[in-house]
Amino acid sequence: MRPDRPDDTSPAPGWQAQPVDPDTAVDPWPPRRAPSPGRRQAEILAAVTAGGVLGACARYGATLLWPTVPGAFPWTTFWINVTGCAAMGVLMVLITERTTAHPLVRPFLGTGVLGGYTTFSTYAVDARALFGDHRAGTALLYLAATLVAALFAVWAGAGLTRLLALPRATRTEGEA
Amino acid sequence: MNWLMVVVGAAVGAPLRYLVDRAVQARHGGVFPWGTVVVNVAACTVLGFLTGAAAATTVPPALQHLVGPGLCATLSTYSTFSFETLRLAETGAKPSAAANVVVSVVAGLAAAFLGGMAGQALLR
Repeated sequence: MRPDRPDDTSPAPGWQAQPVDPDTAVDPWPPRRAPSPGRRQAEILAAVTAGGVLGACARYGATLLWPTVPGAFPWTTFWINVTGCAAMGVLMVLITERTTAHPLVRPFLGTGVLGGYTTFSTYAVDARALFGDHRAGTALLYLAATLVAALFAVWAGAGLTRLLALPRATRTEGEA
Repeated sequence: MNWLMVVVGAAVGAPLRYLVDRAVQARHGGVFPWGTVVVNVAACTVLGFLTGAAAATTVPPALQHLVGPGLCATLSTYSTFSFETLRLAETGAKPSAAANVVVSVVAGLAAAFLGGMAGQALLR
């Protein structure tokens, strides 16, 4: 059941009903504890910051564990971005189609943890460094491989979650 | 010390991405995710500048960690970018999905090059 429409047992409208940019959407607050707009903004910013720090630490830790040799294919950043995108596909299906998530789940996990964990700037700057090292082939391969694998990962993550996690409406009917 | 710098940079980069993204998306009505493009290109410019500066002169490791894996890597995002591309493609806006990929990669790469050249030229 949706907190904003308690009588509505239809399936969640899913991400089709939402803005393309997932970071700008604000999920409804539970009616029992709806804070003031200013308080909401502060809570969202705090959740984004805390999640972003966690995601950044996971990324930085991974680059320390598996350092990339200059001139080599940046595998560590490649896998960071691919795994982060797969997790994003899973998360977005879960919170927009399968459950009614608390409004701080998306800012914390999506915008914060996954947004902070994945990186576009390291991707572009590492590719530029490969071009600078006269490794244009590796640079182009890295640019294309990350793009294809990341888009496949978010698509597959979303698709698998749709298959494996039962829609909320089915579950409600089963319990009734 | 390096970890602390990464944490401080990330604590600025993550909310900055959220605020800039929202401000940009609020200023135009279309479906194209300009907010994410703007934060990603900005982060590529700054990280490119830092890399160029580090090639030209000595940049303290603490500052490199604050701006690199801390601020820039957290300010930019691949997960939101690829999710938005999938969303555009799924909703039938395939030209916009393709445009998002081309604009983000070309502009990000150009920003990394220009930032790098500026960093090297200014701090030589």
